[in-house]
Formats: sequence, structure tokens, C-alpha cells
Amino acid sequence: MTTRAARNSGYVFVTPFLACFLLLFLLPLGYAGYLSFFKDQLVGGTVFAGLDNYVRAVSDPQLLDGVLRVALFFAVQVPVMLLVALVAALAIDSGLLRFARVFRLGVFLPYAVPSVVATLMWGYLYGPDFGPLAQLGDRLGFEAPNLLGNGLMLSALSNIVTWEFAGYNMIILYAALRTIPTDLFEAAAVDGAGPWRVAWSIKIPALRPALLLCLIFSVIGSFQLFAEPDLLQRLAPSVIDSAYTPNLYAYSLAFISQETNYAAAVSFLLGLVIVVVSYVVLYVSSRGTRR
Amino acid sequence: MPTSYPHLSRRRLLAGTAAAVVAATGLAGCSGSSSTSDAPKTQAVSQADIDKAMATPTTLTFWTWVPDIQKEVDLFTKKYPAIKVDVVNAGQGADHYTKLRTALKAGAGAPDLAQVEFQYIPTFSITKSLVDLRPYGADANRSKFVDWTWSQVTGPNGEIFAYPQDTGPLGMLYRADIFEKHKIDVPKTWDEFAAAARKLHAADPKVFLTDMAANEAAGWHGLMWQAGAKPYSVNGTTVGLAVNDAASQKVAGYWGGLAKEGVIATDPDFTDNWFQGFNSGKYATWLTAAWGPVFLSGAAKSTAGKWKAAPLPQWDASKPVAGNWGGSTTAVITGTKNPIAAAKFAEFLNTDPETTKMFNTTQNFFPATKALVDDPSFSGQKSEFFGGQEVNKLFSEINTTVDKGWQWPPFLDQSVKDWTETAGKALADQGDVAAATDEWQSRLTAYAKNQGFTVSAG
Repeated sequence: MTTRAARNSGYVFVTPFLACFLLLFLLPLGYAGYLSFFKDQLVGGTVFAGLDNYVRAVSDPQLLDGVLRVALFFAVQVPVMLLVALVAALAIDSGLLRFARVFRLGVFLPYAVPSVVATLMWGYLYGPDFGPLAQLGDRLGFEAPNLLGNGLMLSALSNIVTWEFAGYNMIILYAALRTIPTDLFEAAAVDGAGPWRVAWSIKIPALRPALLLCLIFSVIGSFQLFAEPDLLQRLAPSVIDSAYTPNLYAYSLAFISQETNYAAAVSFLLGLVIVVVSYVVLYVSSRGTRR
Repeated sequence: MPTSYPHLSRRRLLAGTAAAVVAATGLAGCSGSSSTSDAPKTQAVSQADIDKAMATPTTLTFWTWVPDIQKEVDLFTKKYPAIKVDVVNAGQGADHYTKLRTALKAGAGAPDLAQVEFQYIPTFSITKSLVDLRPYGADANRSKFVDWTWSQVTGPNGEIFAYPQDTGPLGMLYRADIFEKHKIDVPKTWDEFAAAARKLHAADPKVFLTDMAANEAAGWHGLMWQAGAKPYSVNGTTVGLAVNDAASQKVAGYWGGLAKEGVIATDPDFTDNWFQGFNSGKYATWLTAAWGPVFLSGAAKSTAGKWKAAPLPQWDASKPVAGNWGGSTTAVITGTKNPIAAAKFAEFLNTDPETTKMFNTTQNFFPATKALVDDPSFSGQKSEFFGGQEVNKLFSEINTTVDKGWQWPPFLDQSVKDWTETAGKALADQGDVAAATDEWQSRLTAYAKNQGFTVSAG
């Protein structure tokens, strides 16, 4: 086989991916970008609007509120989730657990539950009158807090997302732990380091790239939060409004308000926010490495 | 294409004469979708054309969520064997409309016919998505339907956009046993209702006289309707908005006050929590439509026999009025290649004595035709769930008091969303609901203007 033929066969192998990437990703992206420069009215039809949609979006308080809300969500929920995942991964890796396989599967299992099913289930558990917590409170004579109320909704959502994704992040971290060369541990043992010291000085530093990967995934996941608030909205319509998260806002603009073009602009701006936040996360952590 | 000329003139009217060039381009864009040989016409279709269409092998697609509607459809295909009807369940309520709108916007995949609730007719006719049924003989059916239902399917220029299928005049279902236990008389006016709410909640803090769901814009609109509010009017591209008019504020202030006192519940409806609320006796009444009794008998089985039905409490007991909540129609969707067959199917489905009767006996629909509403075999039915009461008879009487003048806006989803985030939210948060209707009004006005409508007050 000549090198040229080898090069060509490379393209053939990549084609299925490229075709899907083009058809299902780049093309819709381009089309949405195109749409965002127009304005379609119920009366008057479609006109070219230039950057009007973007100008409206940057000064839209509902969008800004949503972005700030998911930023707060990210700042609180992601550290908790990654800590849970880290502790679980270290525990399995330590070899001290009795039923490590069962534990690993147990922590990972929620990720296999579709987020819609998970949210419906938690929505029932949170139920203000007939949820288990509320009923327990009723039995014991205290008033259970309304988990679907104004004050606790973001925490209730964080709990669902943590439950869903801690196991997924644990698997990434656990896989990274398995790649650490064993001679490091042997050397540490010779130097008299105990399991805590090994975890702190060898394992956690070695996990840095994997943690960063998890962090970037979490940035994207948090800012695109949609299914969970969309479903809980049915249970708490006066707490979760149509602009609770930016994606929920884009959805309601497109399908309720029939403002597809403005929704496209909002989606594009949200994408931009995610790029910027991801970049900041990468920048800050790479500065940490140099130090 | 002569059949497209009326389309052109309508567009011209919209765009204004100065924008004639734009209109012509718009026509070019439109003619693509309506360039079939049998496109919708505005002049009457001859009987010969109808006979021909009904004998030509045709397949119609019909989007509906009505369970077991195949039984009614089979009666049609038995009579017209050349025509095949594909019944598709594209979801209920919002899901259905979202899919329909997406298909219409994409220009492909829309059905020939769709189930459309009364309140959504202007929302779809403003985008010219519903076929005017007058050329297909719809006018001849006017007298068969209850008057107010016919005015609901009639457009501003006399267009007939759909055939009514079922309706939902509002009444009150109440737990007779709870009323008896706490010595509460069935309230005839809203003042009596408020007094009863206070009395009941004081007697048993776990029970609320009713649940005014803070997410139920449709039910709320029914109560506005009863109070004589005129929140919406449409005249071409001018839309009148007054969701905070005096009658609307009266309704808002009334319910907001009761919610603030904490003597009624404001839990979201049609949730597990809500269903359990009926079963456990948390709510002593349900202010609901004529489809409610059968629905409740399935949802709150454990309370069978304890319920009774009554008319809604009144603002003025000497002049009983009712509103409507729900009910739906069959509409022909623009872009259909078989408008004649589709229109005749919609007509048959909703006027044939056998199918209309079947809708009541199989689907438990509250009928829209005069013949069936007055039929003793319908109104004389006794309901075990309501202790043997003739519930249909009661709702038939209520049906005659539904106000004819009510109109829906051409952007109902937006109004529902804005209501939920203003008045609904204030109701749930025990805030000032009457003041929140001002916010509802200003949000909706801004939206209408942004969509190119001329907005007038009221």
C-alpha cells in the first residue's frame, strides 16, 4: 500500500463522522446564525434586522437573570459534585472498600437513568403534601421545608444534577487514577507515606488534567441546564418562570412566543458565554500549573 | 394561478400599498406551497366537485389526541370507502400545537386536519394556517351548533375556521359530605363562596374550599369570561388588549384576596399532588368545565358518591352567567392537497348524529350540537359518582348562559405565559393579583407591538 492510498483511506474512515458533524452540527449552527440576523413578525413578515436581536439580548434583563442564575448554580453545585466524585473515586481506588464493584456501579447507576425520569422521580420525592419528606415531617410533627418553593428551588435542582452526574465524573477520575504508574506508590511506601499522604501528594496532583476535563464538561452542562427546570416547572410554575435558565428562555421564545430569530440570537450569545467561561477556567488553571 | 389572487389581495391589505413590491415577493414565496391542482378556494365548490373528490382514492392525515377517535373515523370511512384517514396522536395541548406550528413553519409534514381547541383558533388563523370552510358548505351547518360555539369558530370577516366538537361550560363540583359536615350551604354568589371558604378553613385547617391553580390560565380565563371581561378583540392587524379591565381586576382582586387570607389553595393542577388532594379531601370543590365530572370520577375514584354538581357562584345572582373552559374543534390545515375531502370529513365527524352521539358515549364529550344537548337520552343520564345526579342536564342548562361575545387573542401562548408569570405568580406568592394584571397587560402590549400589531386599549 502506498502512502497516498493510506492517506486516502484515512479520509474514507473519517467521512461518516464528518458527514454527521456537517449535517447535524455545522449546518444547523450556520442556519441558526443566519436566522439570528432576521426578524419575523406575526404581522409584516420577515425582515433583515442586522444586529438588532443581539442588541436586544445583551440588554434583556430576563436573559441576564438566567445567566447569573446558572452561574451561581455552577459555582455552588459543581464543586460539591466534583468533591463527591473525587472522594468516591479515591475510595474505590484505595482498595480498602469491601464491595468496590457494587459501590462503583451504585454510584454510576444514576447516570444511566435518563434525566427526564430522574427529575420526575425527584419531583415526586420533593412533593409538598405527599412526598416522603413531607409525610415524615407530618408524622413527626414538624413542617417540612417546601423544596419546590422560591428559596430552595436552586438547591433542589443542584441535588438532582449532583445525583445524576457525580457517578459519571467518578468514572472519569477513577480511570485517570488507574493510569498512575505503580512504581510511584512503591516509592512512596518506601518513604513511609500512608494512604492519606499518597492520596494527597500523588493521586490528587495526578488527577489534575482529568479534573479539568470534568470541570469543562460541567461548565457546558450547567450553562445549558434545561430538562430539569423544564420538568419541575410543571410542579412549581410560579417559581420557575420561562426564563429561569437561558436555554429554557430560548426554548420558550422559539416555541411559545414564536420569536425564533430572537431565540437564535439568545442561543448564540449563550454559546459565547460558555466559550468565555471555559476559557477563563482553562486560563486560571494553566496559570496554576506554571506557578 | 388564479386561485392565489385572493391571497395576494389579503397580503396587500396587510403590507399596505406602499409595500406592494414586498407583497409581490411574498406571493412568490407563498405560491410554492399552494401550487397544487386542488388548492383551497374562496368561491363555493360545486356538488359535482365534491362528489368527485369523495369518490377519488385519498389519504387524509388527522392529528388528534382524542382517545379512541378511530371509532368515529371508521363511521366516516364506511360511508366514503375511497377515503382513508390516518389518525396520528402528536401529543396533547402545548406539545400538539408546538409540533403543528413547527411543521407549518418548516413547510412540510403538517397534517390535513388537526384537533384545535377554541382558544387556539385565532392563534392559528392569524398565521393563515386554517382553511376557511365556507366554500365547502360550512355555513349550512350553522344552525346545528350551540350559538356561542359557532361564534367561537367564526373569524373576524365571517370565515368559518373549524367545526366545534365538544365544549366546557363552567360549573362547580363540590363534596356534599364535607359541606354537610361543616354546615355549609352551596354558595350561589361569590360573596357566599368567600364566606364559605373562610368558614371551612377555620373549621378544618387541612381543608380548602377550592384550589385556584396558579398555573391554570385557561380556567382563569373562564372565570374572566363569566365576570364579563372583554380582554381581547381582533380586527385585522389591530388587536385590542384589556386583560386588566374592570371585570378582570374584579376577578383578580377576589381570588388574590382569598389566597392572601390563606383560605384557598393555589397548588398547580393536573399534578400528582393535586390528584391526591382530591382523593384525600384537601379540596372541597372544583370549579371546572362540563368535561370535569367524568374526568374527576376517574381521577378521584375513592371519593365516588360524595360529590354533587352546581352552577358557578354568580356575581349577580339575578342574572346567571357562565364562562367556558376548553372544548375543541376539528380544523382543516392550510397546505392540504385535499381540502374538499378534509372539509367534508370535519363536517361529518362533528355533525353526523351517530358520530356526535358516540363522542358523548365513548369519549364522554360534552356535545356542541343543539340536537344532542337537547336529547333526553343525553341529559337524563344519572351519574353514580355524583350520587345519581343528572349532571348532564345541569351543564346543559349552564350551557345556555355562556356569554357569546368572548374573543381570544391571536397569540394565546404568550398571554398564558405572561399570565403565569404575573397574575399566577402573585396568586401563588399571596401578592397583589389585581396589580399583577397591570403587569400582564403591559407585557402583552409590548409583545403585540413587537410582533407588528397595532394595539388599542380594549
